[in-house]
Amino acid sequence: MCRGGRRLPGLIPVSGVVRSVAELVAAARGGERRAVARLLTLVERGGALADEVAERSWSALGGTPDESADGRRAHVIGVTGPPGAGKSTLVAGWMIRLVERGCRPAVLAVDPSSPLTGGAILGDRVRMADATAAGVFIRSIATRGHAGGLALAVPGMVRVLELGGFDPVVVETVGVGQVEVDVASAADTVLVVVTPGMGDAVQANKAGLLEVADLFAVNKSDRPDAADVRRDLELMLDLSGLTGHHREGVNDRPSITSTVATTGVGLGELADATETHLVKLSAAGILGARREERWRSEVRSHLDRLLLDSSHHLVNGLIRGSLMTGDAASYGTSPAAVARGLALLLAEQMTEHLDGVVEDDR
Amino acid sequence: MSKSPEEVGGFKNHPPIRVVLAKLGLDGHDRGLKVVARMLRDGGMEVVYLGLRQTTETIIDAVEQEDADVVGISMLNAGHLTLGPRMVGALADAGLDVPVVIGGIVPDEDLPALVDAGVAGVLGPGASADEVVACVVAAADSRG
Amino acid sequence: MNDPIENHRFRTLSGVPVDVVYGDGPEPGEFPYTRGVHAEMYRSRLWTMRMFAGFGTATDTNARFRELLAAGGTGLSTAFDMPTLMGRDSDHDWALGEVGRAGVAVDTVEDMADLFAGIDLGAVSTSMTINGPAPILLAMYVVVAEEGGVDREHLSGTLQNDIFKEYQAQKEYIFPPRPSVRLVTDVIRFTAAEMPRWNPVSVSGYHIREAGSTAAQELAFTLANGFAYVEAAVAAGLAIDEFAPRLSFFFNSHLDFFEEVGKFRAARRIWARWMRDRYGATDERSMKLRFHTQTAGVSLTAPQPEVNIARVALQALAGVLGGTQSLHTDSFDEALALPSEDAARIALRTQQVIAHETGVTNVVDPLGGSAYVEWMTDEMERRAEEVFAHLEDLGNGSLLEGVYAGIENGWFVGEIADAAYRYEREVNAGERIVVGVNAFTEGDDPSKRRLLRIGQDTEDLQLKRLAIVKQARDNTAVAETLAQVATDAIEPSTNLMPALINAARARVTVGELVDVLEAKFGTYVERVVV
Repeated sequence: MCRGGRRLPGLIPVSGVVRSVAELVAAARGGERRAVARLLTLVERGGALADEVAERSWSALGGTPDESADGRRAHVIGVTGPPGAGKSTLVAGWMIRLVERGCRPAVLAVDPSSPLTGGAILGDRVRMADATAAGVFIRSIATRGHAGGLALAVPGMVRVLELGGFDPVVVETVGVGQVEVDVASAADTVLVVVTPGMGDAVQANKAGLLEVADLFAVNKSDRPDAADVRRDLELMLDLSGLTGHHREGVNDRPSITSTVATTGVGLGELADATETHLVKLSAAGILGARREERWRSEVRSHLDRLLLDSSHHLVNGLIRGSLMTGDAASYGTSPAAVARGLALLLAEQMTEHLDGVVEDDR
Repeated sequence: MSKSPEEVGGFKNHPPIRVVLAKLGLDGHDRGLKVVARMLRDGGMEVVYLGLRQTTETIIDAVEQEDADVVGISMLNAGHLTLGPRMVGALADAGLDVPVVIGGIVPDEDLPALVDAGVAGVLGPGASADEVVACVVAAADSRG
Repeated sequence: MNDPIENHRFRTLSGVPVDVVYGDGPEPGEFPYTRGVHAEMYRSRLWTMRMFAGFGTATDTNARFRELLAAGGTGLSTAFDMPTLMGRDSDHDWALGEVGRAGVAVDTVEDMADLFAGIDLGAVSTSMTINGPAPILLAMYVVVAEEGGVDREHLSGTLQNDIFKEYQAQKEYIFPPRPSVRLVTDVIRFTAAEMPRWNPVSVSGYHIREAGSTAAQELAFTLANGFAYVEAAVAAGLAIDEFAPRLSFFFNSHLDFFEEVGKFRAARRIWARWMRDRYGATDERSMKLRFHTQTAGVSLTAPQPEVNIARVALQALAGVLGGTQSLHTDSFDEALALPSEDAARIALRTQQVIAHETGVTNVVDPLGGSAYVEWMTDEMERRAEEVFAHLEDLGNGSLLEGVYAGIENGWFVGEIADAAYRYEREVNAGERIVVGVNAFTEGDDPSKRRLLRIGQDTEDLQLKRLAIVKQARDNTAVAETLAQVATDAIEPSTNLMPALINAARARVTVGELVDVLEAKFGTYVERVVV
């Protein structure tokens, strides 16, 4: 197998020059795309270097989850929807319009990995070629292949892009798995894209997309049955008070924009709608709350990871050490009772282990 | 043999090699490119697939933004002596130290010229999955 | 030499006289034509030995055309270079390094004139492999003929003009599917009215197979595309029997001998049934599927390339026993480079051996009645019908809408990519033997190869030529004819052919015309299915 081969980038040659994380962060702040790209790689890989990137970029951004003093926090937009809804084409055309309005957008495009090999074919750039040409920064991410999983990697990557001065930062995922939906919905504004002809509105409902949507785009709206999907959506939104299918803590009814991504119809309106949404969030005082909520959930992801990493390791040790050597291996005791006993042992060992981990960080 | 989640997806010690895969030039035969994309995926790599009709500029944008380890370009139109060296040169001009692997119909007698031009590997029609993966791994390893 | 009605041809090599056909059931030339579209097949007329050629400048290719005609070839087949296939001029950014490499460069009607210089277009039949910009190249061909004194009604030949398989397999598309199909039906309407000896579409499975499909997929997708064109032409106002007799087909002949023969036989039967029963054709010619065959380029190997001569011979034989109307045999060195002159000659000689030495032409459908071949024919048909049912479902009863839907949702591309990958894995795993590649590998000698090289000077020459034509033309006429094309493009009921012919006459380039159409029609970007 070929998974060897690549060494970890301890010291980081970019353009043949070895740079530290601090230097990369400084270069990224200056807008250097290559430094941004390398920092994204480091975050994706996880480990001590990722932690260093996280800390340096966090403090460079002003160290608060809300608007920072230098205005570097970007409008983070999640985009999700069923496969084949035309999300990539839509995002590409929309971003080009933002470039024309003087923005500097970046896109994180998430594609599924093969569950068997961890490899992935990331194809979103094909439909985003015009956006690349217009200067949009695009990074493809596989759902697997990150220490700590997508939920841990993406917020860190978003922060690197904010550091690089990109705004807005769009996170695009296929809305099929819970992880993908969660990742896209960890945003200031969440756009759900549906299309006519595939029972999309109903599918979106089933996939739990209605609960996360701030806005909808009905793409391919030049099709004859576009009116149907729009009507289905309106109906579901009418009933959302009863069914509970709506985004929590928001009273505004999500707006619906009709688009034809391939010809550009509706993309200007979509750009307006997302900007308006940010302004409204801010005015209603919800933006800060949302960002704090994201911050909390990111803390939680890190915590989960830390605990999982250490417990996985320690539990294996306990099972092997205690049960195999016969100390606790009395069949007279129920498995549940043995586990309770081991849990106390585990708690002690974890304290020591985590002390070590935190110590290493310093 | 079962694998832990880290071994399968986490790549704690061996992050997946990232390959930008593109067809340079106008020709639309993408069978080979697609087969190679799947071979590399099945070899555990992350393939950033650009597909047909790319230029050296679009490939460089992708290599830079995706922080790719290797560029794989395919051509079936006898343009390898023009396009291969041009790709290597364009990457070098952009300051990107990323090896280039070429796939396509390349006569043996052209190999020395391509090696001189800095092409890291050449894959002909009928290269096996193992050869394709090994070639890309070797190219990634050749990187400083 | 080429007279097929020679006495000795209806006896075996040992002098045993043989009948025209053996076995029961519907005879060759009778509905549903499973056994052949003519009663006597190759007894009365051999297939057309149509060798595909094109490289360098138009003058280079013209020389190759004349050699092929002198060597006994009976039809011309033109390969255009990539910029031309994509509708771009030789001076376009994309064209750099590709001018004249994989085919001949044609920018204006002047190049088309050079391509056919000294060849009587009223006497030869010409095939042009071009799709996205096909109506433009046909317009140029018409102008060349008329400027040389041959009326369009006397022109005989085939325009590939099959855009569906471009989205499905070959990827040489320019505009989105619907406006592209309008261009296809414009050509069908135009030739139906003014070029009675011209085949306006060659519905092509060849490229679908080369992209990695199975034989059954090749058969099914190709015929589905054919039905879709029929529905599109009927929707454009033509009666079925006005155009269907001139639709032709183009299949691949691959290595699994009996599967290929079954595929060809099934193709004729399916087409006949669908044309009569579903589309209401009454003219027998509308029901007769006529096809060109090319041996499978994808089966050629780079190691031990001489072995390809044997592969090509067997594939060609399958095409002949399947009842093809014309045949291109690949050159053995095509896995290494563009065909060299020697290799192209051997390929033609291979057809001549089959035609004149093997005796297989003495009897029509000699494999008909074989239990295996008849079963295979039925099986191919059954598998194809499954695909038609799926597409009909996708299109709510319309094959045309089903094909559009299958293109838009990536179904065709996905099916083909899966089949291609399956095959590669089988070869990799050694489950399939490819002689000289994963078995019997000793004896390869690369030093003996003599390959065709195309130099940089082709590109320089072509660029100079284009500049001269642009310099010499009347720019007012260029602007006026282009404006007319733009006007006609936005009116779907107007046939674009007359405006394109006027523009070709005014020395407007392929690229200029494509730009104008692209501005009206848009550009196609495929949905990625890897």
